[in-house]
Amino acid sequence: MKVGATLDDLDLALLRALSEDASQSAGALGRGLGLSQPATWRRVKRLENAGIITGRRLDLDAEKLGFGVTVFLGVKLATKGRLSLEDFERAVVAIPEVQTVEHVLGLYDYRLRVVARDISDFERVLRRRIMTLPGVGNVDANVLLSEERRPGPLA
Amino acid sequence: MVLIMLDDLDRRILRNLQADPTQSIPELADHLGLTASRLSRRLEKLREGGGLRGIRAVIDWQVIGYTVEVSLRVTLDKTNPRAFDEFIPAARQIPEVLEIQTFLGQVDVRLSVIARDMRHYQTIYREKILYLPHMADIEALTHVARIKTNKGLPL
Repeated sequence: MKVGATLDDLDLALLRALSEDASQSAGALGRGLGLSQPATWRRVKRLENAGIITGRRLDLDAEKLGFGVTVFLGVKLATKGRLSLEDFERAVVAIPEVQTVEHVLGLYDYRLRVVARDISDFERVLRRRIMTLPGVGNVDANVLLSEERRPGPLA
Repeated sequence: MVLIMLDDLDRRILRNLQADPTQSIPELADHLGLTASRLSRRLEKLREGGGLRGIRAVIDWQVIGYTVEVSLRVTLDKTNPRAFDEFIPAARQIPEVLEIQTFLGQVDVRLSVIARDMRHYQTIYREKILYLPHMADIEALTHVARIKTNKGLPL
């Protein structure tokens, strides 16, 4: 499927609606857009098969569920080379409190999103899990205060 | 902030739904050994309390043709008391901004921006980003790879 070119206004409207609420039935989704239930279902399937919709995500309020602290860590490796990257990556993805790991170009090598119950819990994760990772060098931390996701260029 | 007290069953429900948010209520109920109506009541309670905000579709922007993803770290001019209040609504007006996060640390705001290619990114940067109000400093990190994607909270 050659995309970009083949997405029409209805596809974009479906993507917008589903990124807001993916638990709606095809019938409910279609009603809002003036599409029949089978036509809606076919379009959503097509978006999934094309890999445009890759899955569903549970949107949880971390703070309300007792995870009051989210910190982004910028990690610079002390030693470079293919092996140290692999060792670091293998170890870091296994830490449950590390939600995302991104390899980036810029001030540091990796950007980690770490979630913890409170500051002392975060300190435990940082000391016992992060600072003991193989090859870890400089680490800088930014505490998340607020976060919002935008719908993106779907107009 | 009212914390939601989760019992073991709530945790099991959220863990399972986090692992596969496409499961239907009857499927999940069956898997957990609950009746569908008991599961629905639990989910309703989690929604009402605000812990469960919803289920959202995940869009792969690369497949739609947005091949570049840049993380912009912005320091605001804090001598202006309205810096945050004016910067954030202005950033919301840029459709290519996918995420807006605010921080306590060296960085004040992080914007996640997508573009079709580097030339498109240059255009967004020069014609939209640089016009955002109250920026004191801005630096870019380019994504190379996502090593771990958000699988949710360690419930």
